Amino acid sequence: MLRSVDLVVNPGEAVGVIGPNGSGKSTLLRILATLIRPTVGSARVFGIEVGTDGMVAARRRLTLLGHHPGLWGELTLIENLSLVGRLSGAGTERVAEILEQVGLGGAMRRRADHSSHGMQRRVDFARVLLTQPDLLLLDEAHAGLDSAAQALVEVSVTGVKNRGGAVVLVSHEPDRMLPLVDTTCELRGGTLVAKSGPG
Amino acid sequence: MTEPGFWRQAGEIARKDLMIEGRAGEALYITVPFGAVALMLIPLAIGTDKPLLATVGPGLFLAVALLFGMLVAFRQTATDTPPQRELLALLGTDPAAKFVGRAATSMLLLLAFQIVLVPVTVLLYNPGRMDRWPWLLVVIVLLASGLSLVGTLAGSVTVGLKTRSTLTPLLVAPLSMPMLLAASQVVEALRNGSSILVWILLLMTIDIAMAAIGVSTANPLEESSI
Repeated sequence: MLRSVDLVVNPGEAVGVIGPNGSGKSTLLRILATLIRPTVGSARVFGIEVGTDGMVAARRRLTLLGHHPGLWGELTLIENLSLVGRLSGAGTERVAEILEQVGLGGAMRRRADHSSHGMQRRVDFARVLLTQPDLLLLDEAHAGLDSAAQALVEVSVTGVKNRGGAVVLVSHEPDRMLPLVDTTCELRGGTLVAKSGPG
Repeated sequence: MTEPGFWRQAGEIARKDLMIEGRAGEALYITVPFGAVALMLIPLAIGTDKPLLATVGPGLFLAVALLFGMLVAFRQTATDTPPQRELLALLGTDPAAKFVGRAATSMLLLLAFQIVLVPVTVLLYNPGRMDRWPWLLVVIVLLASGLSLVGTLAGSVTVGLKTRSTLTPLLVAPLSMPMLLAASQVVEALRNGSSILVWILLLMTIDIAMAAIGVSTANPLEESSI
């Protein structure tokens, strides 16, 4: 639950949100993803009020990587990413190339339910590379990734920032996250208690 | 980046659901054979009273189609997990397109289910010749679309509920009764040569009403489930 958060994320900026478990980090991220509407106060994403009819336009411009990859187990990894490409309008031409890029070249025809959690997380990052969002929301981005895959977080964050997009990362382990962000916010008990950096 | 239109989105959802069903085989490899077995068990209970079997055959076909059709309509493979629902929402998928795509998949599976059951029914019950039998095909299509729409709608209403597996049949069964009644009346009318128009129109009206309700409620139901 969030109590008092006043935060602006500017284009080209990466904001890291830290705080202990239950501090409201994931709730903040889900509000920014337009999946939860605030009961008090307001949130705007790309200038669109969360909870209004214009949310679909905002949703098409953002990507949320949560704890659980939203893959369909009966589909292969390439079929899952191709579905994302067709539904997002990004197309399927680059799907195989991107799966190679994230280290899934040899496993792309494996069913998702026969793939490890780490492989499924790599498909998540492939989704970022495919859809090229203007707002990237990462919830515990490094979780479930082996050391070789950790670089995908940096590639994704840098790619979005370089295109002028914004990134919000939340983590209760700031060590890996801090080098990637411009601004750091600390949440405690649903309240923004500290903020450092240019934002 | 070209955003896909409504029908393209519905087609993608249907294609995905068919691929998943094709690999999981939940409806075609489990429900369909079980439905055929249910039709076979009833003659064993009734015995070899051929006139009685011929009389009850079409009605039993429709009852089995309804009961097992419900299982097809809200099969597990037609249910998205919360992360999958969120992903579809964040890709900007129109909830109404999702409803249409999902209902279309269920309709195809229900059609296949009924097409398998028809020869089983004819073989076991020998219901006799009907002069206007092609109308049975119309009934089968209307029944499949109606059941799939009702099942998909009930699935949307109960998504995320812990009591989903109990609540969904309780919602679907009463909504399906008018369809069962109309379909059985068409069969009866085909046998005795009376008019079937009013019953066909009733089936069509139910289908159109369910499609309209499903499409118009898709967005609020989707938003409340994520």
